[in-house]
Amino acid sequence: MRRRSPEPLVWLLFSAGGMAAALSVPVLLFLFGVAIPLGWLPRPDHAHLLTVLRSPITKLVLFGLCVLALFHWAHRFRYTLYDGLRLKKLSGLIIVFCYGGALAGSAVAGYVLLRA
Amino acid sequence: MADTITMQVARYRPGQEAEPVFQSYDVPLRKEWAVLDGLNHIKDHVDGTLSYRWSCRMGICGSCGMTVNGSPVLSCATFLTDYAPGPVRVEPLRNFPVVRDLVVDIGDFMAKLPSVKPWLIRDDEPPEGEYLQTPDELDDYKKFSMCINCMLCYSACPVYALDPAFVGPAAIALAQRYNLDSRDEGAADRRDVLSSAEGVWACTFVGECSTACPKGVDPAGAIQRYKLTAATHALKDFLLPRGAR
Repeated sequence: MRRRSPEPLVWLLFSAGGMAAALSVPVLLFLFGVAIPLGWLPRPDHAHLLTVLRSPITKLVLFGLCVLALFHWAHRFRYTLYDGLRLKKLSGLIIVFCYGGALAGSAVAGYVLLRA
Repeated sequence: MADTITMQVARYRPGQEAEPVFQSYDVPLRKEWAVLDGLNHIKDHVDGTLSYRWSCRMGICGSCGMTVNGSPVLSCATFLTDYAPGPVRVEPLRNFPVVRDLVVDIGDFMAKLPSVKPWLIRDDEPPEGEYLQTPDELDDYKKFSMCINCMLCYSACPVYALDPAFVGPAAIALAQRYNLDSRDEGAADRRDVLSSAEGVWACTFVGECSTACPKGVDPAGAIQRYKLTAATHALKDFLLPRGAR
């Protein structure tokens, strides 16, 4: 029986996170960071936006995006520390920091979205 | 155009030098001369003690890989005029131990290559005649079959530089060349090596292997594709009961 490594699982999260972030973050940034503040698009009504945000589907999508993007960061940052800074000997600490950070960030995202 | 160019060639003669030194040679600068032609000129007319590997001088044999002005290239396919007015700095392939001058020890690659079983694996007897294949089935793996084992990808790979246990770009691309071949049934036999920590999971997708490849093989792409295959298998192992895998 070969050794079971969690690497495939974290890589799948990394891949999915990269894809999800690359597809949706630029659109969200353009809409809410550029187009709406500059008046290119009509400013949505606050109450309307809040209703959209409070829909369980919106919450689920945003939560999924936050979690995947955080795990994408965790995996990439882990290897940046391993290879870029030659810190592979601190592997245990780095794994706890990176994936632990992603878990903590996911919990915060879940909390913020539930409270919205 | 000047009629000569200076080649700074790394020399290492065990017993004579403790570490590599550069030696400069002026060679004729001709439009049709590759770096290898410059080295052959030095060997034939200037300094017969210079050692380097070469054979076909047409980008097929994969034996003349060197580091030219910092980049891993086939010295037969790299023209001196592209480096005019010079100097051209010629060093051995990086990430390999140097045996002498520009000759590196390729033992590590030669040991890794058979570990991924890069040949057709089938249980049945070969048919009378050929195994038939459609053009689409050929296209699935043709790109990966262009590898000439020149090891430029290993020389370019920063992961291999840091972790010599990494199976490496060419070996994984060649494993995929057979995994994606409709005639092959050996994917399961290659899985243990490919999906180990030293296999595809060591790769961080820097992509330098595909940049360096002189034959357009795209080893980085082969590795990424296998990561998905390996991850899918890992999920199946985790989720499905033993019999359904």
